[in-house]
Amino acid sequence: MEIALSTYDLQDSTVAIHGGRTLDSHASSILFPLYQTSTFVHDAVGVDKGFSYSRVSNPTVDALEKAIGALEGTPPAVCFRTGMAAVTTLFLSVLKSGDHAVLSDVVYGGTMRLFREVLDGLGITASFVDTSDPANVEAVITPATRIVFIETPGNPTLKLTDIEAVSQITKRHAILLAVDNTFLTPILQRPLELGADISVLSTTKYIDGHNATVGGSLATRDDNLLERFLLIRKTIGTTQAPFEAWLTLQGMKTLPARLRLHCEGAMIIARWLENHPAVERVYYPGLDSFPQKDLAEKQQRAPGAMIAFELKAGVDAAIRALNSVQLCSRAESLGGLETLITHPSSTTHADLDPGLRQSLGISDGLIRLSVGLEAPQDIIADLEQAFAAACSSSATEEVTHEIR
Amino acid sequence: MKFASRLVSFDPAPGDRFRPISTPIYQTATFEQEHADSFGEYDYSRSGNPTRAVLEKHLALLENGTRGFCFSSGMAAISTVTKLLRSGDEILADSDLYGGTCRLFSTVLERNGIVARYADACDPDRFEQQITPRTRLIHVESPTNPLLRVIDLRRMADLAHANGALLCVDNSTMSPYLQNPLDLEADISLHSATKFLCGHHDVTAGTVVVKDEKLAEQIYFVQNAEGNALAPFDCFLLLRGMKTLKLRLDGQQRNARTIAKFLASHKDIKRVYFPGLSEDPGYELQRSQARGSGAVLSFTTGSIEVSKAIAEHAELFRITVSFGSVNSSISLPGCMSHASVPPAVLAQRELPLDLVRISVGIEDEDDLVADLDRAIHLANAGTSIAAGAETLR
Repeated sequence: MEIALSTYDLQDSTVAIHGGRTLDSHASSILFPLYQTSTFVHDAVGVDKGFSYSRVSNPTVDALEKAIGALEGTPPAVCFRTGMAAVTTLFLSVLKSGDHAVLSDVVYGGTMRLFREVLDGLGITASFVDTSDPANVEAVITPATRIVFIETPGNPTLKLTDIEAVSQITKRHAILLAVDNTFLTPILQRPLELGADISVLSTTKYIDGHNATVGGSLATRDDNLLERFLLIRKTIGTTQAPFEAWLTLQGMKTLPARLRLHCEGAMIIARWLENHPAVERVYYPGLDSFPQKDLAEKQQRAPGAMIAFELKAGVDAAIRALNSVQLCSRAESLGGLETLITHPSSTTHADLDPGLRQSLGISDGLIRLSVGLEAPQDIIADLEQAFAAACSSSATEEVTHEIR
Repeated sequence: MKFASRLVSFDPAPGDRFRPISTPIYQTATFEQEHADSFGEYDYSRSGNPTRAVLEKHLALLENGTRGFCFSSGMAAISTVTKLLRSGDEILADSDLYGGTCRLFSTVLERNGIVARYADACDPDRFEQQITPRTRLIHVESPTNPLLRVIDLRRMADLAHANGALLCVDNSTMSPYLQNPLDLEADISLHSATKFLCGHHDVTAGTVVVKDEKLAEQIYFVQNAEGNALAPFDCFLLLRGMKTLKLRLDGQQRNARTIAKFLASHKDIKRVYFPGLSEDPGYELQRSQARGSGAVLSFTTGSIEVSKAIAEHAELFRITVSFGSVNSSISLPGCMSHASVPPAVLAQRELPLDLVRISVGIEDEDDLVADLDRAIHLANAGTSIAAGAETLR
């Protein structure tokens, strides 16, 4: 049973808590129960109460799907074991042998790997282009192209793609546009309102927000696509687990509140980095120096909380700085309460050819920061001491290792 | 060490300084790294998670393999195995196969240029004639679901290997306690762990165990690339459930044998499908390759209406899909779990529509027999009254 609220005139912070709330009609628990069950009893042969087998659907996973759909402004989303399972299901749903896809060249490395190593074997091809210029998308579309998949802001240099401009191209060619909106979530960017057909989220990031789960979702207003996602998901069995769904459901209630704080902290840190003598360059859509600031203001409600920067002293110093942080954590992923710091060229983008990395702007000295909810001044103090350690002798580096 | 001991005596938390006897749940997405430019053992839970690692190693040992992998469902496990194939390759499968597996083959693989063909693997000579130079994978269940046909797994392995193909055995109806396909030379042993391995109907999961390191690397690659590995909490529940696998199955098998004999001698039951009965065509073969006949069996009544009524009158046997749990369950595969089998395949495999499948739990055997006896009686009485009424109108 759903709560009778007309969600369209509510603010995001209210929708995040109440928009997709599903009533527990049995015990009226304020939190929806965790249905940790694989199967459901049927009333009679062929007659169930809407649930039969948890690989196909589960009440707790359903509750999460309604909640994400409410944020996306779509029917209930479809949730998956991981963001990559969502992406895999999307492509298996809309592509077949002989088909072609166009993707942003800055798309997450795992999405590239999926094409190169798995879909390629099935005879599905892809072009990776710089979608920040929509003309590049148009240029590679062929009669076999079925979908354009963009990620904006792109990882890790935060290069933006104009969703509306690309959607005009995909509409003209009658093909699909999917946007990986993981860096911003529907709170800060509304891909479907900008003309996209599918919104893709790794819920592992801001939606869960607590680094407690891995998960993914697909949202669309197209009923046929939705049916197709559900069919392929039950067929390849990539449904989200009930407990992960339950945790995600609780985590996302604070999404708008968290994002406000994440963005505030990121702005303070980005400005500090830009003025720091050891820093060569900062990439952050909220800064005046960001080349696509106008586009950010046009299609995003806020700049987000991901920052990339380079140190003047180069690669070795960047690695020494990362090895010297004490508050920030060296860990993959992003979007959680803890500030995470990564070295894309040796971690998230290590699978890429070095030449390709350079052309994407991922220099070996690039550092990516996912700004958490610690006090910005504490994060700044940690970075300050790490930069100082990075710029001193290698003997200090060894001592720092000992301490850690 | 005997199987019962192996089930409970494994290292539940390698390297853990608190030495817990139960495996900790690492409910985390990511892991902190000691160095900026190199990874530690774990970096991201999609790629690897300590709770999952314990389960995967444990499963590999129980199946007499070297590497184990856990997935978000049995179908995710099967889907991963099919990713070993490329466009143009073929799968040859036994004709009695779980409906979801048929759907995977027809819905996802076919449009990507991978053809699945079906043949009766109970007749290995004719099955062999269906192998082509493109056949890369032979996929069978044994005993099959829901007809409980027994397939000669050693023979299937020989056929596969003589033709440069892999043999994947879906071992869900047996579990590693009763049958180890890798010991019979299969390349891949696969489970819907939702069934006997879990045993409590509280986890949806799948597993793959292999011996060959190169195959293991390929499976790991897909698991990581597609992101379909089992969640940490579910790994914990599965680890816990598996500790009683032998206890549960010993009880379930005892009950199943009693029920099979009861049904076989019941005047209103047409035929019982269970390799534990000495008159079953698979009886000898089952004894030669497995250590028991499991706790899933099927029967026919001669009437779809009677079969439906039995399912609906039974009280201890509850109508659910799935099998292998401590709770007994009953279903009509033709209308439920196998409804997604394409009609052409359905016709080929001769699945009787009045087939009733039961999964026997650990309730008291007298109660279970009484429940079925009552349900069969009511079903026959009810439908003959209805038939009578029909005639009067």
